[in-house]
Amino acid sequence: MAQQPHLTTKQRMAIDRQPMPAQAAELRSINFEEVNLGFTEQLAILEAQRCLQCKKPKCVAGCPVSVDIPKFINLVAAGDLRGAAQSLLHDNALPCVTGRVCPQEIQCEQVCLRGRPMRGEPGTPVAIGHLERFVADWAAAHPDLVAPPKPEPTGRRVAIIGSGPGGLTAAGELARLGHDVTVFEAFHASGGVLLYGIPEFRLPKDIVQQEVDRLVRQGVTIEHNTIVGRTYTLPELRERFDAVFVAVGAGLPVFMNVPGENLKGVYAANEYLTRVNLMGAHRPDADTPVLRGRRVAVVGGGNVAMDAVRTAKRLGADEATIVYRRSRTELPARAEEVHHAEEEGVQFQFLTAPVEVVGDDHGWVAGLACVRMELGEPDDSGRRRPVAIPGSEFVVPADMVVVAIGTRANPLLTQTSPDLTINRWGYIEADADGRTSIPGVFAGGDIVRGAATVILAMGDGKRAATAIDAYLRGPG
Amino acid sequence: MHAIRSKTLLSPNVTRFVVEAPRIAEIRKPGQFVIVRLGPGAERIPLTIADADPAAGTITLVIQAVGKSTHDLVDLDPGDAIRDIAGPLGRPTELLPAGHAVCVGGGVGTAVVFPIAQALAAAGVRVTSVIGGRSKEWVIFADELRGTGDVVVCTDDGSAGRKGFVTQALAELCEGGGIDEVYAVGPVPMMRACAELTRPYGIKTTVSLNSIMVDGTGMCGGCRVGIGDTSQYACVDGPEFDGHAVDFDLLIDRLTTYREFEQDALARRSQPGQCLEGDR
Ligand SMILES: Cc1cc2nc3c(=O)[nH]c(=O)nc-3n(C[C@H](O)[C@H](O)[C@H](O)COP(=O)(O)OP(=O)(O)OC[C@H]3O[C@@H](n4cnc5c(N)ncnc54)[C@H](O)[C@@H]3O)c2cc1C
Ligand code: SF4
Ligand code: FES
Repeated sequence: MAQQPHLTTKQRMAIDRQPMPAQAAELRSINFEEVNLGFTEQLAILEAQRCLQCKKPKCVAGCPVSVDIPKFINLVAAGDLRGAAQSLLHDNALPCVTGRVCPQEIQCEQVCLRGRPMRGEPGTPVAIGHLERFVADWAAAHPDLVAPPKPEPTGRRVAIIGSGPGGLTAAGELARLGHDVTVFEAFHASGGVLLYGIPEFRLPKDIVQQEVDRLVRQGVTIEHNTIVGRTYTLPELRERFDAVFVAVGAGLPVFMNVPGENLKGVYAANEYLTRVNLMGAHRPDADTPVLRGRRVAVVGGGNVAMDAVRTAKRLGADEATIVYRRSRTELPARAEEVHHAEEEGVQFQFLTAPVEVVGDDHGWVAGLACVRMELGEPDDSGRRRPVAIPGSEFVVPADMVVVAIGTRANPLLTQTSPDLTINRWGYIEADADGRTSIPGVFAGGDIVRGAATVILAMGDGKRAATAIDAYLRGPG
Repeated sequence: MHAIRSKTLLSPNVTRFVVEAPRIAEIRKPGQFVIVRLGPGAERIPLTIADADPAAGTITLVIQAVGKSTHDLVDLDPGDAIRDIAGPLGRPTELLPAGHAVCVGGGVGTAVVFPIAQALAAAGVRVTSVIGGRSKEWVIFADELRGTGDVVVCTDDGSAGRKGFVTQALAELCEGGGIDEVYAVGPVPMMRACAELTRPYGIKTTVSLNSIMVDGTGMCGGCRVGIGDTSQYACVDGPEFDGHAVDFDLLIDRLTTYREFEQDALARRSQPGQCLEGDR
């Protein structure tokens, strides 16, 4: 392996953050190919050399699963990609995914020392996410070089409910520890939100499938088309397995509760994104249809809203507009997605709240009546509460409206498991290691936290796997 | 994979499949449905479970070929297999505990009403079925239903049973009195007509709604229907609802959402060899 010359701090500081190669905005806003193209090895090594190899690295503490960031980056800087891949995979079960969808700017990269202003110059953090993606993609291309050793089977059986990032992470960890793992998934394919929510142009579905295939090679069984709460109940699975991990996400859509919401052309983001991402409705050979609005209004400001509005653009919308009731600074979406959306020509109506979906004579959407808002006193979340400005009503012209204002817990599983304690919003009560009110039943991800992030769900899966392993090995 | 054990043509466009699905056969209840997907690129199709044989590990699906996906489905033969079957979905029927129930079935809806009639009869409820079709060959499940009680067959042309619509026969039964509940499944206009007919008599009327679905588990919201002044999900809150509270206009309207796509898909299907640019 090519040994890199040892660099001084000064030399490291002199290197600028390497830009992520991306498809041109005009081109990509009409295709579903991934926007970011990925670092070349050369760019990755250069970027890795910017890392100062801090004695007390803040980035590791900033990462919800405590990836040993300086270690894998140092191996990249040294050109040892296999070593980097092994180190990364040890800490993170789905690095191809997190390198693409983690909100790095509020996690590892936010606290990176190189992000601090120095001598009047604004800082730029090490591109940790982009490096993680580079190493993970290398690992996926060289599966034989990074395969973990086969563990000794323990003979214990664990059921995992839900194949989103939480479930997949737990499955991987438990399989590595030698347990016999079966994942039960309601849909006909694996990945949860990674599959049906996050679009192809941000997270190619082949990549999700690669990660799933890796788990299957490790011996994990996946049973699709199995809805826990209907096909089996949780108590039934608890009886058949030595332990259960519940990671069913927060899949229920929330609507605005304004007049006109049942008009044709109003979608919950879940339905719109599922039709495209899971069912392939954007492809000419798919049987599942999706409406192709010319003027699409998307209500909300999170990742889901950005994904929906950028999908609408790719499906041919002339105007694709985000309608958000707070201001730009409160947008909860990843910074990179907002930036990409702007580049692609998405419009933003800030401080705007819908009051009614307006229909035409044939029951189709004809517009979204809105009211302007101003920011008032801070609310419980500490954010300033938007209040309507009287008399400011106006109509955003639209033939399609996508509602992306959040999701809730799906009661199918919990309704049929009376001993499982849930809170008043329907989320499962679990401690820091995922233990629920039923012995041997653990839970994590969005069904415990409410809609959160991929990496938090993965962190839950990892901690729960450790706790499940301890539970199965028992005190004596 | 779910092997198809047998296939029977029940009427000119209605096909019955007996399919392997052991777990679903074991636990399904009347009123529940499955979601079927043939393979890559195919749609998810909701289908009522018309019958089940837990010992044989099979369920019965009755399919009316209307669009491209259902035509693809009925083209399968015994020996072929269905890739995905998810279920059982939806709430089971709330069965009348005792008394006299009328089960109205129109077209393929008769297959949906059959398991309800069967369960009611098994619980000791008196069942009268009123089923209909355009003409003799369109009437299905008449023999099966005779095992649950009286059957009144209605055809538009009088080629079997009496001439006329199921609603006329239902009106006479209502007039005669003593009816505790009506279960009506069929085309939306038929269900609406049944509900309107029973309303003045105050007879509880349950209908089964076939709104457009994707997942069938409550996650997409696409199947929402108007019930009284609420919005409910047909896949998890239904598919059966109080017919007197259903907003039928909304249902009929929302069912037309993809009409153009459906016509296109069907047209393309009947012109083999024509490939769209970019087809894979
Ligand atoms: C469009 C969109 C974009 C997002 N973008 C980002 C992003 O950029 N970065 C980020 O960090 N986070 C993002 N998120 C949030 C993130 O995806 C979730 O926080 C995360 O996926 C939660 O993981 P999970 O494992 O808890 O559940 P999920 O990913 O929701 O997976 C749950 C799985 O369980 C299955 N299931 C549900 N009920 C049952 C049942 N009863 N029986 C069997 N199976 C069941 C579901 O079908 C699903 O496959 C996004 C979310 C969406 C919707
Ligand atoms: S997992 Fe996320 S937070 Fe952790 S290092 Fe990777 S990108 Fe940063
Ligand atoms: S089919 Fe998706 S919520 Fe009912």
